[in-house]
Amino acid sequence: MDRMLDVMAIFSLLLAGLVLVSVRREHIRVEYSVSWLVAAIALLILSRWQDLVRRIPAWIGVSDAALAMFIVSGGVFVLVLYRLSMIISRLKDSNIALIQKMAILEFNMESLHEKVKTSGEK
Amino acid sequence: MKILVLIPAFNEEGAIAGVIREVHSAMPGTPVLVLDDCSGDATIQQAKEAGASVLAFPHHLGLGGCVQAGYRLAYEQGYDYVIRVDGDGQHDPRDIPRILETLQREGCEMVIGSRFVDGGGEQTSATRGLAIVFFRAILRPILGKSVHDPTSGFVGVNRTALSVFSRIFPLEYPEIEALVVLQRRRFRFVEIPCRMRPRQTGRSTITAMKSIYYMVHVLLGVFVNVLKFDGRRK
Repeated sequence: MDRMLDVMAIFSLLLAGLVLVSVRREHIRVEYSVSWLVAAIALLILSRWQDLVRRIPAWIGVSDAALAMFIVSGGVFVLVLYRLSMIISRLKDSNIALIQKMAILEFNMESLHEKVKTSGEK
Repeated sequence: MKILVLIPAFNEEGAIAGVIREVHSAMPGTPVLVLDDCSGDATIQQAKEAGASVLAFPHHLGLGGCVQAGYRLAYEQGYDYVIRVDGDGQHDPRDIPRILETLQREGCEMVIGSRFVDGGGEQTSATRGLAIVFFRAILRPILGKSVHDPTSGFVGVNRTALSVFSRIFPLEYPEIEALVVLQRRRFRFVEIPCRMRPRQTGRSTITAMKSIYYMVHVLLGVFVNVLKFDGRRK
């Protein structure tokens, strides 16, 4: 069990490090790194808080501590993915609105061009 | 009275010119706007040569996104009625005057050109037929009336519907969800029988593999629209 918690701590530190490096290299924007950093910190706290680790299996009704940790970690990542889905949906809506607006502006501009050209020819 | 014919198209270079010419002959003098969803072929060129204006999107939006942009443009430019015709040649533009006439006579917000009102519908595939039967059953209690051809893209809308669709329109598979959007605002729709032909070129975007995704997606969209509280206000 202790070994598993050590692995979890190392994993959370690696995750936090990877996210920070990605932010520094501008592969991830700061606002989108927050979820991952919070997840990494949550896992790190969980792996170092022995008392909490002993209580969680009883709270969630499983006898195996390793399984309990797996469920809790999974839950943390599900929350991160949920937040990312919300962000992606918002971005998609914005993209569609922008593409529509751009196409309409371009259409209006071409129509104006045509009108100017026609009136110039007259 | 300003009328606009919208033709959403994606890689329809083989059929688009013929559809535009048919629209021009059925509705002389009516402007035709092709909504080109970032086609990789000569759809835009063909459409322009056939005498249509083209609203060209720099990225692929999907059917709903395209049609909504067309509705938005029509609303901004003050059109009173907009008729949507598919760019693959399946809809017969000779039915457009009847759709328009029904919109004006009935005073309803939307008219659907249906392949099933008179018991036709032999042109539809088995998968689509199954989806239609399924959604008829789902929509009946929601709409409070039967709809024979909920997946038909051959529709006419008036300015009231345009004002709504220019702001709120389902983005991926719009036909069925659009009916619920209308119903939430107590708008009325009428179905009239229309001729449907086999598509002239290309393939349908809804393949057998996509059918399950389509049904789940649309079903979810229908229920989300039913549950939207702000949608109940006119």
